[in-house]
Amino acid sequence: MANDTHQDANANTGQPPVFEEARDPVTRRAFIKSVIATGAVASTGGIMLVSLSGCSDDATPAAGSVERLVNLNINGKSRPVDVLPNETLAMTLRYKLGLTGTKLACDRGECGACTVLVDDVTHNSCSTLTHSVRGRAVTTIEGLEQPDGTLHPVQQAMIDELGPQCGFCTPGQVMSGVALLKNNPNPSREEARQGLAGNLCRCGAYDHYLNSIMRAARVS
Amino acid sequence: MSTKDVMPQFALFQPTDIENALDLLEKYGERGWKVAGGQDSYDWFKDRAKRPEAVIDLGGIAALHGIRETADGIEIGALTTLSEIVDSPIITESYGVLAQAAGRVASPQIRNVGTLGGNLCQDTRCWYYRSGLDCYRAGGNTCYADTPEGMNREHCLFGASRCVAVTPSDTAAAVVALDAEMVIRGPAGERVVPAGEFFIGPAVNITRMTVVEASELLVAVRIPSKWAGADFYFEKVADRNTWDFPLVNVASSMIVNNGVVEDIRIVCSGVECVPKRIEGAEQIVIGSAPDAETADLAGGTASRGATPLNYNHFKIPLMENLVKRAIRGNV
Repeated sequence: MANDTHQDANANTGQPPVFEEARDPVTRRAFIKSVIATGAVASTGGIMLVSLSGCSDDATPAAGSVERLVNLNINGKSRPVDVLPNETLAMTLRYKLGLTGTKLACDRGECGACTVLVDDVTHNSCSTLTHSVRGRAVTTIEGLEQPDGTLHPVQQAMIDELGPQCGFCTPGQVMSGVALLKNNPNPSREEARQGLAGNLCRCGAYDHYLNSIMRAARVS
Repeated sequence: MSTKDVMPQFALFQPTDIENALDLLEKYGERGWKVAGGQDSYDWFKDRAKRPEAVIDLGGIAALHGIRETADGIEIGALTTLSEIVDSPIITESYGVLAQAAGRVASPQIRNVGTLGGNLCQDTRCWYYRSGLDCYRAGGNTCYADTPEGMNREHCLFGASRCVAVTPSDTAAAVVALDAEMVIRGPAGERVVPAGEFFIGPAVNITRMTVVEASELLVAVRIPSKWAGADFYFEKVADRNTWDFPLVNVASSMIVNNGVVEDIRIVCSGVECVPKRIEGAEQIVIGSAPDAETADLAGGTASRGATPLNYNHFKIPLMENLVKRAIRGNV
């Protein structure tokens, strides 16, 4: 058995870590640190309890298996976190890093509510192992606005076109829209429709979302 | 509150070369599980229908990624994503039927992560089997779909043998239509299997869908240049246009010379446990013009030998009409 199976991805590429120092306000950082330290999140209710009872007790990793302590590049910041081998990116983002803008709905890769960008490509974070994104750049809905608070053109267009109804699927729709416009800055309406095809909206606000994407393409 | 929101424990391995992965597969055998894109695997784990002890994530093996030109066609690494295939100039220009099939798989997010190898090796969608029932395919001694009450609208027309499940793969039909070769690596070295023999039905082995053993890996798919630039056709009929598996799909490659079909391969998924070559129709078409008359004649024979179940009679005309369109085009 080779020993390199558990190396960090940065070590494999020979590249030094390039993550920025975290710049969150102290209160937020302190909160998140406390979350990581205690393993309890007041606002997340049942799922966190399930995750604790379901995975973390007496877990003895097999020899050569992945290291649990990893640094993730989330929204341009290096985030140290303790990741179980069977943990999905959606669970890590929401329940360990407090990035609850990413929604978790079907948990089966069907609805797209948990869509995030990994190296600028959309992934269903419920169906992505956190360990598979080590050394890659993850962007969530929280990472789209500029430091001065200016919204991403897709976010602003969602407001201007009244894109969402209930808003639950909106973060996923926005991420798919952002990825689409990165690849194809001037999509046809049909291309935009295909670009958002992996995101369900139970309100049926699809045309409003499309209007938003088309506006964002015009203004950006 | 659901208790199914996380996967059960497993050891995770992320090898960076093929030999290392094969060592792990040999060590864990049936207790190990190969993950390519994981888009099917994680659902199995979350549903507790499969409980591997060790998961071997193949994503970090660089040798399994990418599309290469070879002396006789192209070789596609098994871990190449479906999106990469859709965006590949050489595939869209010369082997378009594969790009079309890959582009109709699931949703954009899944195509971004899902791989060609994973799509080809994916397990059947029979919901009795998927829900963890002890059916034949799961090692039990009954089939829940092939009963008077069984809901078998999506199940097979051909090749039933205790199990009536079908292949759900869109790219499987395309690789068989392109007469591809599958490159498999195992402890005993490399073997190359024609796509037409890669998929196996329940009469051969009821517990798996391909010839790949637990200790082996599908490493690449080779597409011969014979069919480069042929007249291709792909159509998938599903209940929804996104995130859905085919009720029936058709993929075909056709070489036409002076208005006459010189050679043709027509393949349907969704009608048998393996992608079904429609050889009878192929023989009728060869030597004739690919027109409506030929299409009607050949398409009408496509379902010969079908034994429909209670709820899937509709697949017979559906399959015949798709084969007609593959021959004459969708006019």
